Amino acid sequence: MSTKDNPSNSNGKFLNPTPILDDLEKGPWPSFLTGFKKLAERTKKTMIRGVLDQLEYSYKTKMGYWKGGLVSVVGYGAGIITRYSLIQDKIPEAKEFHTMRLQPPPGLHYNTKMLRELCDIWEKHGSGIVCMHGQTGDLMLQGVPEQNVQECFDELNRKGWDLGGAGASVRTGASCVGPARCDDSCYDTLKVHYEVLKHFTGLVHRPEFPYKLKFKFAGCPNDCVNSIMRSDIAFIGTFRDAIKVDNAEVKNWVQKNGMDSLVNNVINRCPTKAITLKGEGIEIEDKDCVRCMHCINVMSKALSIGSDKGLSLLMGGKSHLKVGSMLGSMIVPFVKAETDEDIENLIELLERIIEWWDDNAFDHERLGETIERVSLKEFLKGVELEPDINMVNTPRDNPYFKAEF
Amino acid sequence: MSFELNGKSYETDEDGYLLDLDLWSEEVAKFLAEKEDIQMDDKHWEIVNFLREYYREYQIAPAIKILVKEIAARNEMQKKDASAFLYDLFPNGPAVQACKIAGLPKPTGCV
Repeated sequence: MSTKDNPSNSNGKFLNPTPILDDLEKGPWPSFLTGFKKLAERTKKTMIRGVLDQLEYSYKTKMGYWKGGLVSVVGYGAGIITRYSLIQDKIPEAKEFHTMRLQPPPGLHYNTKMLRELCDIWEKHGSGIVCMHGQTGDLMLQGVPEQNVQECFDELNRKGWDLGGAGASVRTGASCVGPARCDDSCYDTLKVHYEVLKHFTGLVHRPEFPYKLKFKFAGCPNDCVNSIMRSDIAFIGTFRDAIKVDNAEVKNWVQKNGMDSLVNNVINRCPTKAITLKGEGIEIEDKDCVRCMHCINVMSKALSIGSDKGLSLLMGGKSHLKVGSMLGSMIVPFVKAETDEDIENLIELLERIIEWWDDNAFDHERLGETIERVSLKEFLKGVELEPDINMVNTPRDNPYFKAEF
Repeated sequence: MSFELNGKSYETDEDGYLLDLDLWSEEVAKFLAEKEDIQMDDKHWEIVNFLREYYREYQIAPAIKILVKEIAARNEMQKKDASAFLYDLFPNGPAVQACKIAGLPKPTGCV
């Protein structure tokens, strides 16, 4: 801003006054602004000051002033999201504010050593602003000038970090905490995530697809990573045999929570009415169960997942653009993912699916849209899968049922 | 922005892409390549020429997908290898470097 509009430092403080932005701090929720201000005052980074000034100006004029461009590191075609200011003459401090996407570890299992290293390197080269995690699942380092990008990446890379996907590439994967911290995990989400992303890492860094392609790995149908709605290929854990019922624990649960809670919160809420009262315990008609996980979530001690565990592959989930939001549909009802060979077979299937999509999709068409356009029949033929009775949009009732308890 | 070469002035956009495609010549390409730290050899020229031919025909730079397929077909390699090969030639990405050297306008779209 010109000195007339914005008397830089005239108030004796590092940051310029931002009266409109300050309103954001008045509500009941924490505001990013408080963090930005604190960081700017501590590090004296002029870049953050410029960004706050530009945002204030944006709020005043009700216009956004960022535009994209092309910035990359050697050997990579993706991973940096470019932001140049359109009003550099007004606010030169916010001239460039690029974002680096970093891949988080499976299940977001960071260790503090790596995070400390990350923060040190990032504060040296960039703004110091870290977003964990963006909508893409990446750890976002926001605010770096183009001239620092390569050096910052090199230093991060030497400490074991890698850039994530952007553009028409395989995107950064996401997985739930999996067997590391959850009893309900039906397969090793962390291992499958790691192996799949390792296999496709070239496609993460070098965009060459019709459009983006996302994998997400959920250990059970609770789908804590929202894979069904947020990924083209969702790996959702499931089991083939019956839910295990420990009726002694059911009795304990009833003693603690009351019979009315069992009836109202568990039995009546079973979407396929598979649970019946039996004496002082319950009985579950396994062939009616759609693995919605509700009863297991409510009575996690008394009920647990079966022993014959594996995963389902659902494809076509996506949000907005073209045909609007879609949930993934069942493509592979059950597959084991225990041995290395299982995982290799899984990757082989993914290769076929991606190859088919790459050959058949229009520009900017997601996997689900391509399947919908050419029909499921053609897709199955193309990727050499046998049609299966379970490949229906809605098996009986909503299997993705969730209720408060 | 602009640059001078052999006494002639060339207008570019802020990222160094030629504004007037007709002014492109091999000398200009070599000059732009040097600025990108790229030593042009036959393989580079093949891609640059392909990009120009494609642009002449369709008035748009090819999607990377098409470029990778073309390279795979010409060099009889797998698509995966073709993509790595492309980045060996143009380490900062074909969109950023090859298009600039070929005198094409800056690729748009969500990259």
